[in-house]
Amino acid sequence: MDKIIVENLNLYYGDFQALKNININIPKNRITAFIGPSGCGKSTFLKTLNRMNDLISDCRIEGKVLVDKENIYDNSNININNLRKRIGMVFQKPNPFPMSIYDNIAFGPRTHGIKSKIKLDEIVEKSLKNAAIFSEVKDRLKKNALELSGGQQQRICIARALAVEPEVLLLDEPTSALDPISTIKIEELVEDLKDVYTIVMVTHNMQQATRISDKTAFFLSGELVEFDDTHIIFSNPKDKRTEDYITGRFG
Amino acid sequence: MTKLSKLIKTLVMLSAFLTFSILFIIIGYILMKGIPHIKPSLFALKYTTENVSLFPAIITTLIMTFLSLLISCPIGIFTGIFLIEYSKKESKLVELIRLTTETLSGIPSIVYGLFGLLFFVTSLGMGFSILSGALTLSIMILPLIIRSTEEALLAVPNNLREASFALGAGKLRTIFKIVLPTAIPGIFSGIILAIGRIVGETAALVYTAGTVPQIPKNLFSSSRTLAIHMYSLSSEGLYTNEAYGTAVVLLVVVIGINGLSSLIAKKLRKGELNG
Repeated sequence: MDKIIVENLNLYYGDFQALKNININIPKNRITAFIGPSGCGKSTFLKTLNRMNDLISDCRIEGKVLVDKENIYDNSNININNLRKRIGMVFQKPNPFPMSIYDNIAFGPRTHGIKSKIKLDEIVEKSLKNAAIFSEVKDRLKKNALELSGGQQQRICIARALAVEPEVLLLDEPTSALDPISTIKIEELVEDLKDVYTIVMVTHNMQQATRISDKTAFFLSGELVEFDDTHIIFSNPKDKRTEDYITGRFG
Repeated sequence: MTKLSKLIKTLVMLSAFLTFSILFIIIGYILMKGIPHIKPSLFALKYTTENVSLFPAIITTLIMTFLSLLISCPIGIFTGIFLIEYSKKESKLVELIRLTTETLSGIPSIVYGLFGLLFFVTSLGMGFSILSGALTLSIMILPLIIRSTEEALLAVPNNLREASFALGAGKLRTIFKIVLPTAIPGIFSGIILAIGRIVGETAALVYTAGTVPQIPKNLFSSSRTLAIHMYSLSSEGLYTNEAYGTAVVLLVVVIGINGLSSLIAKKLRKGELNG
């Protein structure tokens, strides 16, 4: 079943067209990876899925993004804060808030109206456990999150995103700023999470895409060149450009 | 080449030493001249021409500082928030506000004093009063507060805003729960500078708050701050020694306020902020 369906999406920054007529169906409870060289529009596309591009002033979007058959660009019945609660996001660089680990995780639930201390404690513990970091931080929840290592910070950010109980998790090159050991931890975590969440991740690391994703989309110069099962993309691509890219002829 | 670089190194060190020693000479001079004249009578509750007590002036200084900050901090901080978080970067309104604040910060304080005299004291009929003084001073320190708020907000990494928005927080919540708490130490350093200007200001106050040596009875009573007190004592020529004593106290007050403020700023920076 498809969680997200994108139809004829075009995106412009001023006069520059960054995304050209994108059509893609993202399946539920699977990991979908976006690959492509820098500047190909994969991160930009990821950000259209939770409307983070709204924050950029001269960005214009045409087309439809349907989440559970509902167009998220139809302003008449979409609450943008509620949309972002449903579609969580983890960024390239770990960006915990400069506050305690506990408050970092509790920020989202508090935003959405949960005040009970017991309920918050429960959510914080559950989210940290789901992000596979609870055992490392359980004795120092009141410590500032910035004191943790980069890999730990990124898992805090994942826990923070999970705490608002999203349906979809968008990951924008979540391991590019991390060391190999942290990367493996995050990859294992992401594989575990797909049972519950629909995961879309941008990666510049093709090995990562082959290791954990079910589906892979290859982007080039704002176009979606090819989208298929990961093993097909990497073993038997239909498009010449995809083949050139995965065999390392450019990018 | 080595000769030249040696010469430059000497010059650089000399300049640094000069700056350093000037401060110490001034402080040393004031302490030497002032400390012998600090007597208990200088701190009497009531000012008389015999004791020239500076106690009322200290109280007035504290009230003046508090009042001015009370007026200008909210306005200044909110203006800063508007400029950085809400306005479009290239809008005409923003340019106008920037131009206005920059101009405001370039005006000599005596001009503020004259404006305060004409507007608050005379036109609005507030008379010589600490309210007139505080209003005048708050206009004077406004650019400082706005500027430091702007800089502090700009220094907050954009990815924190993104993280907050991505969790479904609205603009208001993002600004007040994430951006502002992160920016507070920077804003505070602007406030410290503002306090320094208030405590040291004379020109803008002579014409607005007046020079009556008394503890203000209410917002509309005229009182002199420490700086004005010192100015009056030394310009009258009768109490030069006491003026030096007052200078020592002023110095201690300024250093004290600065120390306290930076302590608070450090606490804020280290302390965990609440979500």
